[in-house]
Amino acid sequence: MKETIQFRLNGKPTKLAVDSDRMLLWVLRTDLGLTGAKYSCGEGFCGACTVIVNREAVRSCQTPVKTIKGKDIITIEGLAKDGVLHPLQQAFVKHDAMQCGFCTSGMILTAYALLLKNPRPTLKQIIDGMDDNLCRCGSHTRVLQAIQTAAEGMKGAVKR
Amino acid sequence: MKKDVHPDIVVDKAGAASSLSRREFLKVVGGGIFIFVTYGEELAFEEPARSQAARPSLPTDFNAFLRIGEDGRVTCFTGKIEQGQGVITALPQMLAEELEVPLSSVDIVLGDTDLCPWDAGTFGSQTIRSFGPALRGAAAEAREVLKELAAEKLNVPIDRLQAKDGAIFDKTRPQTRATYAELAQGKKIERHLTQKPALKTPAELKVMGQPQPRRDALKKVTGEAHYAGDLRLPGMLYARILRPPAHGAKLKDLDTSAAEKISGARVIRDGDLIAVLHEFPDEAERAMTLIKAQYDLPDATLDDKNIFDHLIKAAPEGRTVAQGGNLEEGAKLAAVSFDETYLNSYVAHATIETHTALVSVEGDKATAWASSQAPFGVRDEVAQAAGVSAQNVHVISPFIGGGFGGKTRNTQAGQAARLSKTTGKPVQVAWSRADEFFNDTFRPAAVLKIKSGISNSGQIVFWDYEVLFAGERSSQQFYNIPHHRTVVRGEWGGGRGGGAPSAHPFSVGAWRAPASNSNTFARESQIDIMAAKAGMDPVEFRLMNLNNARMQRIIKAAAEKFGWTPAKAPSGRGWGVASADYQGTYLTTMAEVAVDKATGAVQVKRVVCAQDMGIAVNPAGATLQIEGCITMGLGYALTEEVHFKGREVKDLNFDTYQLPRFSWLPKIEAVLLDSPEVAISGGGEPPIITMGAVVANAIFDATGARLYQLPMTPERVKAALK
Repeated sequence: MKETIQFRLNGKPTKLAVDSDRMLLWVLRTDLGLTGAKYSCGEGFCGACTVIVNREAVRSCQTPVKTIKGKDIITIEGLAKDGVLHPLQQAFVKHDAMQCGFCTSGMILTAYALLLKNPRPTLKQIIDGMDDNLCRCGSHTRVLQAIQTAAEGMKGAVKR
Repeated sequence: MKKDVHPDIVVDKAGAASSLSRREFLKVVGGGIFIFVTYGEELAFEEPARSQAARPSLPTDFNAFLRIGEDGRVTCFTGKIEQGQGVITALPQMLAEELEVPLSSVDIVLGDTDLCPWDAGTFGSQTIRSFGPALRGAAAEAREVLKELAAEKLNVPIDRLQAKDGAIFDKTRPQTRATYAELAQGKKIERHLTQKPALKTPAELKVMGQPQPRRDALKKVTGEAHYAGDLRLPGMLYARILRPPAHGAKLKDLDTSAAEKISGARVIRDGDLIAVLHEFPDEAERAMTLIKAQYDLPDATLDDKNIFDHLIKAAPEGRTVAQGGNLEEGAKLAAVSFDETYLNSYVAHATIETHTALVSVEGDKATAWASSQAPFGVRDEVAQAAGVSAQNVHVISPFIGGGFGGKTRNTQAGQAARLSKTTGKPVQVAWSRADEFFNDTFRPAAVLKIKSGISNSGQIVFWDYEVLFAGERSSQQFYNIPHHRTVVRGEWGGGRGGGAPSAHPFSVGAWRAPASNSNTFARESQIDIMAAKAGMDPVEFRLMNLNNARMQRIIKAAAEKFGWTPAKAPSGRGWGVASADYQGTYLTTMAEVAVDKATGAVQVKRVVCAQDMGIAVNPAGATLQIEGCITMGLGYALTEEVHFKGREVKDLNFDTYQLPRFSWLPKIEAVLLDSPEVAISGGGEPPIITMGAVVANAIFDATGARLYQLPMTPERVKAALK
């Protein structure tokens, strides 16, 4: 059913007339032109479509837009602030923590939500938190290093 | 130079610049020095067999590899694409090295068929090995042309001139100098030098061999790296393609009425191609689910269990690819003989990005953006599908979300071209994950038979190897064996089974280091079996049976890093070793595993890989590839196999087809050794090929159980333990 939905997108109030049963992934990618969240498995198995909804990492391919009314959405495009990369983005660059890059947005945002909940995770906690995000190129080792580096750099304060 | 639509002018509400290097390029097209080089025939040999017939002859006109702009910036042109392997960084290093410019002044345009030299495709670890020398040659030639220009401009004898940091200067008076920008200004030079300058010797290299960070990292962490599915054109439609339930299924009845009731949905039937199009991809998908299609299923009895017996029966005649001595003589010398058979399963490419293409056909012209390892193949596919000439098709390569050999066929680009022609609008085809598994060209299942023997002193005296359907690459063993023969039956390419019609239930093709994963698993397992029977440490056994100093050195390097101490297997330590050569790269991998004997689960705890690729152009990138290959290789070693029944593919998503995960990660250590005397070779594939054998050998060392079939699932490990 088409209805007008309001939410905050990367800090900005956003209003959209849309069929509210549609999934957030496609609304972001087409209606809103934000293509950082990727389609890969379409069933929530891989994490490439991950975005942040009210501080939680969610699979946007499984999230109807009617469920995000009034909520705060962060996509990869909104993570850098005033031209400065988020510490997680900086750490991913520093560690070459990607190859093809198709899973990277989902990796960074999943890690972002993980650090919001647990700013000083152990390696085991990082692995557990990231385990449902798939990467085919095998960048896993670097992703773990990047998350550790970012966590250390932020000293417990996860800023957007 | 025509300015076709490219990602920079794609309508994009996010406003993200998608291709800065292209924009920079378009600024410099007006001037600059054009250096042309001939593209060698050797670049064609890696092309998959299936497209040989359709392959155009190499262009007779010369294509530019690089241009020097009026502003001094240099653009590197390559028909290769960036799929994660890092050539976006390594190729500019090679260019900067020979041209004598700062690496930071080099831009790169990848996979644009109007701008870049013809290329067969990005596969086979050929970018560094084959394209690299051609690019370096072009850059060296450019440098010498600039010296000639500088000699005239500065009125200084050319032998007093030196090139450095994008300028030419008089060695006796360094202030007498001209920058490349000054020399290039307003000029356009087209010439071949009759005397080709020599490439730098390894000792002279300054940029190559230095670790460099990925040049695409910033775009990839900000969402600004655009892939084929991210591009948008005004009026474009998104298409979903109807997928039959099984290969060989024949459409019997089709009811699209419910789908067509979705507002804005359009169903197109063009022969076998049935598609739903919509201005939103998810609406196209929703409409697709409403299509009712009835099929006649093929009469097929093969499944993932009986396939191996079938392949043995279906194997075509053999081709002897290596032999020496006399096998009968060898058998007489053997104190102990071995006769083993190894099995390997179909595996999927399972790139995180599915096959995607955006094609706009306008009159007799077409523009295409495709997730493809072979942009020139896309050009031909689109030309054929849209009925336009290939020179009227412009293919622009965005970033590719993984390829591994799976994105060479370009079927999706042909589909998009047909639908664009029919609708008169730009059309994006993006395969669903289920489409991706169904249409994939899997690594072929293979049967590998090795008869071999050792003398009383542990020398391998004969080796009789028969390869069924894996393919030839890495089948030729490198040990010092007096009597040997290798026979290859069937290849990895060629649709449903190289050399044997309909050998496979579905199409097979190149999968990261085609043939080599299967051949290395068999060979290095067999070596280990013989070492154990001889009562020798598997590393010592290998060293004793080698007279190849380069291979011995890489084994010793791995052993040193790993801390290998000699012991007869099974030692209980869970240590394994496997060596290989791949397209000029030598490597040895060592691993430590823990086996849960109750469940059969294997955890790989540590992997060391020592690799010699001549010179690693970008050691940071090479290390990243080693880590990636090891991690990806855990999949085909432990879990990945395509399940099928009849000609129906049972695995259609990542719930049943298990990719490696963070929790599987071993500690990974890479060692890079140089061999400056050999040609520089690639690193995107080699370290994956040892993963089956090194894990199998480590499982044997841990438990005394030998696994003869990949993947080594808990069920198979448990069965072997009994």
